[in-house]
Amino acid sequence: MVDQQLKIELGKQGVLVTTIEELYNWGRRSSIWPMQFGLACCAIEMIATTMARYDLARFGAEVFRPSPRQADLMIISGTVTKKMAPQVVRLYNQMAEPRYVIAMGACAISGGPFKQGYNVLKGIDRYIPVDVHIPGCPPRPEALIQAFMTLQKKIDAQPLTGEGRPRHLDAAAQGEFPVPEQGEHDLEPTSNKGVWPVPVVIR
Amino acid sequence: MKSIEEIKSAIEAAIPGAGVELIPNPSPSGQHSLRLAPADAVEVARFLRDDAELAFDFLSNVTGVDWPGKEITEKVKVTRTVTRIVDGVEQQVEETVEEPRKRVEPGCLEVVYHLFSMAKKHGPIVLRMRTVNRTDQVELPSVTPIWRSAEFQEREIFDLYGVVFTGHPDLRRLLMWKGFKDHPMRRDYVDPDDFEYEPTAHDSVLARAAAHKAAIGGVAQKGTGAGE
Amino acid sequence: MTTPAATSAFLREKMEEGWNRPPIMEPDGEAELLEVAMGPHHPSTHGVFRMDLALDGERVIRLKPVFGYLHRNHEKIAEGVSYLASMPYTDRLDYICSLTNNWAYALAVEKLTGQEVPERAEYIRVILGELTRIQNHASSIGFLLQEMGASGTPLMYAFKEREKILDLFESLTGSRMMCNYMRFGGCRVDVSAAWLDAARKVVAGLPGFIDEFENLLSGNEILMARCQGVGILRPELAVNAGVTGPMLRGSGVNYDIRKIDHYGIYDRFRFRVPLGDHGDVYDRYMVRILEMRESIAILNQALKEIPGGSIMDPKAKIRGFRPKPGEAYGRIEAPKGELGFYLISDGGPNPYRYRVRPPSLINLTVLEDMCLGSNVADVVLIFGSVDIVLGEVDR
Repeated sequence: MVDQQLKIELGKQGVLVTTIEELYNWGRRSSIWPMQFGLACCAIEMIATTMARYDLARFGAEVFRPSPRQADLMIISGTVTKKMAPQVVRLYNQMAEPRYVIAMGACAISGGPFKQGYNVLKGIDRYIPVDVHIPGCPPRPEALIQAFMTLQKKIDAQPLTGEGRPRHLDAAAQGEFPVPEQGEHDLEPTSNKGVWPVPVVIR
Repeated sequence: MKSIEEIKSAIEAAIPGAGVELIPNPSPSGQHSLRLAPADAVEVARFLRDDAELAFDFLSNVTGVDWPGKEITEKVKVTRTVTRIVDGVEQQVEETVEEPRKRVEPGCLEVVYHLFSMAKKHGPIVLRMRTVNRTDQVELPSVTPIWRSAEFQEREIFDLYGVVFTGHPDLRRLLMWKGFKDHPMRRDYVDPDDFEYEPTAHDSVLARAAAHKAAIGGVAQKGTGAGE
Repeated sequence: MTTPAATSAFLREKMEEGWNRPPIMEPDGEAELLEVAMGPHHPSTHGVFRMDLALDGERVIRLKPVFGYLHRNHEKIAEGVSYLASMPYTDRLDYICSLTNNWAYALAVEKLTGQEVPERAEYIRVILGELTRIQNHASSIGFLLQEMGASGTPLMYAFKEREKILDLFESLTGSRMMCNYMRFGGCRVDVSAAWLDAARKVVAGLPGFIDEFENLLSGNEILMARCQGVGILRPELAVNAGVTGPMLRGSGVNYDIRKIDHYGIYDRFRFRVPLGDHGDVYDRYMVRILEMRESIAILNQALKEIPGGSIMDPKAKIRGFRPKPGEAYGRIEAPKGELGFYLISDGGPNPYRYRVRPPSLINLTVLEDMCLGSNVADVVLIFGSVDIVLGEVDR
């Protein structure tokens, strides 16, 4: 590792010293392409975030890809219903690694105001891993930008080897997540136990 | 617009023997309704649409309502013969007592239609129809051939309430998935048990958490209830 | 132009069964049908909506919409909570126009209980309702153009203006999108003089925005070539299928609930009802543009005439609100069409039956009729011109 002080000194002299890891992560975090995937109310705020006033393009994320194959980030923008949940998991499976998920808004986190609904999934993290949760109903565009910056920090901090490396560098990592079936009364299974352990309440 | 009584008599004049019943609405909205016998409903609907003066060409809203069966306890006067000792002698005496009786009022599914007229710019008129019961005789005639706007709304009622509309061109579930078995808008529908912890729990949530824990049990579920 | 009376005459003449069904089309020759499921994840569909298409080459032979991917059980939840607790849920029906949803629900409950609304509150409702209409129409045109391939630019113009209106909503109600503002018998908070001045400023800028928007779009050759003569909806079918709002008026039927029911105080304002002539996508686009201009006229009158006074019916009950048994159907002209609420009260604190009459869902009834025989690219366009929001379609 290069000494941080030395690095700054060299930088002043016009010499750029970096590590492969830093360069690699800088590249990854500066061009996160989200999938063009709107579910409900939050999708409108997501669109507003990309428009002139909030301008998500400043964060390298202006290119919304309609195809999951070309996207790095899935923004779950709205209520996931039980009718839609298998499709969401399938779309996530179709995305190439490295892939990230932002759960935008109360509905995507837990079902939100519609939690009691018979057709509402109580949080998308029951089936797929979520990297950043943003509360709000809907979250303001600033909140979505905050989530982006949080995700960028997370990517920056990922080492390329060893513990905590991104999934595409880990041959043993789970690549495909089981798609729930639509049963006669409910989704089967009702959650993916490997992704979502039953929450423990400590009081 | 004609008053609801005039519309009722117009229907009866045009279609002799049509079963039309006036259901008053006590609320300040004053939207009284006509309950149709399902057998002549299509005939009446066609008359309402095609009559030059009424011209209800616009079916705005179709609603399902679930009226579950009610158990009513009422006191019934019963006369019976009892043996009693009167003046030291055993005698047969007739006496009348009030006895509580339980009676189950059968439930039904109801469909409500709101009609307006775009040509005459009046309305609404409210029509309603009832099924015989909630289990096996749930057929009602479809008005989709007369007003196309009923197409999706009747499918929705079929999906969520289980009313079968005879004569509907494409009766499938509208909102829930294919293979779903229940009718979730019925009042006796039981939610699937996918309960989890909720930070600000209401009493009903606490009750549900307790039931959930009792049903599943085991160590794996420890701590899932909100009431701990 | 077809007047409503002529429509009725047509209905009386044309009585054979099945006239209002979409025609059954056969493929040409021995072509094999291609079945395509468009959606539920599709960039054009404004959300989660699916169309099952059968194609003969590029030509659409059959189209069956599939709903329910955003069925959030609004009606079931509303039957389990008090009347007032449903108000925030109505925001999330048509999430672009939360204030008109509030208004329709408040109107239905006011019909159920017979509450009066003070004059000032009525004016505030009209101002907010018309601002909502403008931002809805602007964004819906933006989305339509996005789907046509004009990627970005028209939508950016629309959202630029929408942000100004949302700022007004936010400073008054506390939320950009989910306003939760109207109450039974009035409104939640009073508008300040400063807010009214800000609103006047925004409204004064709107005609310039629409001129700019129209300069960009209305005479555009590509837009005309793509929209004119595409997705024609006949007025008699539109009436029979319960189509309402700009779609119905685009087909030339003069039916605007603001003019028919005179709910609120709409009879005090001078405004015109724009009507289309051909019933195609271009007419629907044009009706929306003209409706924005009429909304500005209403806003100018309302902002000038707004009186002082209370904003809540003094007799209105917030706690322990239990309407007497009965039922009511209240409707308003929402930006997308007739938005109605049907309530049955059994005297309890919760509605016994709570039903939303969603204009978006019912306007989609004729989607198949409009799309049959056209290209897949036009299906996207026709679908965009219906102007739906999935939160309201599936509820």
